[in-house]
Amino acid sequence: MSGRSPLRTLLQFVPVLYIVSLIVFVLVYLTGDPSALLIPEDASEEDRLALVAAWGLDQPWYLQYLRYMGNILTGDFGVSYRYGTEALPVVIERIPATLQLTAGGLVVAILIALPTGIFAALRRNSLPDFAISAVTVLGKAMPNFWVGIMLILVFGVWLRLVPVSGSGGFSHLILPAVTLGTGFAAELTKLIRSSLLEVMEQDYVRTARAKGLSEARVVLRHGLANALIPAVTMTSLHAIALLGGALVTETVFSWPGLGQLVVQAIYTKDMAVIQIAVFVITIMALTINLATDALYRVIDPRLAG
Amino acid sequence: MTDLLLTASPPPRRRRLLRSLLTNKAGVAGLAILGLILFVALGAEHLAPLDPLRRNLSLKLLPPAWLEGGNPRYLLGTDSQGRDLFSRIVFGARTSLSVGLAAVALSSLIGLALGLLAGMAGGRVDTLIMRVIDAMLAIPTMLFMLVVALVAGSGLLPLVVVIAATNWVGCARIVRADVLGVKEMDYVAAARASGAGPVGLVLRHILPNILSSFVVVSTLNVGTVILAESALSFLGFGIQPPEISWGQMLSEGRQYLATSWWVATFPGIAITLTVLGVILLGDWLRDHLDPRLA
Repeated sequence: MSGRSPLRTLLQFVPVLYIVSLIVFVLVYLTGDPSALLIPEDASEEDRLALVAAWGLDQPWYLQYLRYMGNILTGDFGVSYRYGTEALPVVIERIPATLQLTAGGLVVAILIALPTGIFAALRRNSLPDFAISAVTVLGKAMPNFWVGIMLILVFGVWLRLVPVSGSGGFSHLILPAVTLGTGFAAELTKLIRSSLLEVMEQDYVRTARAKGLSEARVVLRHGLANALIPAVTMTSLHAIALLGGALVTETVFSWPGLGQLVVQAIYTKDMAVIQIAVFVITIMALTINLATDALYRVIDPRLAG
Repeated sequence: MTDLLLTASPPPRRRRLLRSLLTNKAGVAGLAILGLILFVALGAEHLAPLDPLRRNLSLKLLPPAWLEGGNPRYLLGTDSQGRDLFSRIVFGARTSLSVGLAAVALSSLIGLALGLLAGMAGGRVDTLIMRVIDAMLAIPTMLFMLVVALVAGSGLLPLVVVIAATNWVGCARIVRADVLGVKEMDYVAAARASGAGPVGLVLRHILPNILSSFVVVSTLNVGTVILAESALSFLGFGIQPPEISWGQMLSEGRQYLATSWWVATFPGIAITLTVLGVILLGDWLRDHLDPRLA
């Protein structure tokens, strides 16, 4: 998976996006006629039918599909029922907040997992190592949104240290980012520990030790550099889950990102917004994969060229 | 996993499995936790001290019994409508386990069928199934579940369908990979040469040899699914009142966080404990049956 050229990876976006568009169409088609939700209650049946005809909702599914694909290819995603404006800008303006939160979650996860994983590996089978293992299992078992609620309770309600909802300065980002990051931190810690342990048994590490290098240098330069490759793979795979986790975390903290928008759009059946959001989030996920591929080349020079 | 008894014939596989479980503390803990939750779920009517749906607004938001102002009849306190939290958590166990088990059964079945099909058929069928899986992996599962929930509606049965429709992917990938490995084995070629039909081949020679990783993945999936159920119910797309779900209790409790911490705390502990039991048991199963998956 890591040997592909960026261009080929980019080309692989196409079938994935096509199938995603197909899935979205089927789901939208199956949700049925949204016209009843959209027009005022006192509108006549004739008005409703006129609207249905104007949107082509009375046509057979294959014509609706052609129309849908035509609209996507020309960048016309329709109007948001709820906001009454073009849906695309409504979605686009939410992207930065979600990116900020996801990046924050990633940073929190790495800040926790890297030192903890290294420590656990170097003190293998010690009491702290077992304690760390126990905490990581617990971290995987806790529902993310509940962690968020508990953080709000302790740091927002009891200690009053940080704001508990909305967005603004850096202080608003702390709790949501920690919430999003903890679950992933648990998995990453376990992975860094096990891959570092594996690497430290390798011949080149023994050679480095035999050369008389300091233990710190052996661990950092020879051990960690190689142990990080699976960690990067996992981070890339998990970034997609992190985007999904942001949906729930944003709702808990009223964070004005894509997740909150999607959840509200689903409550109100705002189909145009839902469709674009699915595409945008998928493209974000694919882009993260692409970025990881590039990162591999930096970490592992064998893949460059 | 060392056999202490030096018997002439090895003990049957099932007994060995049990013995290895009993020597693994984490595995025993997982089994004990899940046993307890299962017991609570099955006997909810007898174990819950009060009717979980009975409202009593004069007793709303009572703190747990051991705190000042608590009432000994309401062990974990009451929610905003004066319903007994402990009784609601007891009944919530039933929802979590039934949704968890049903959704995993359904998604494992889909995953097994599509994984077998992709692995055995190869060619275009395989390519098509893998392309769909790639696309599904590119959409965050949570987002996908929400969009499917839009179509399926909310409630117990739609929830099972929503979760199953989005969680078969991991299972299908593992089954396919296993089938591709087993298919090339000599004994499969021998069975094929001696005239075994495709169905007999799968049932008698392929399936038994891919079963262990399938069981491990399915077990661990129960935890994932219980977390998904609670998140969907939390967002309001899952279990609807008067049905009781821990996720939905959490979303109610969140509104009273400033005054009544217990309403949102105890259901979360219940979810964590259940998922912990699944993970501990699943990890042990994995170490024992299929260490490659670690």
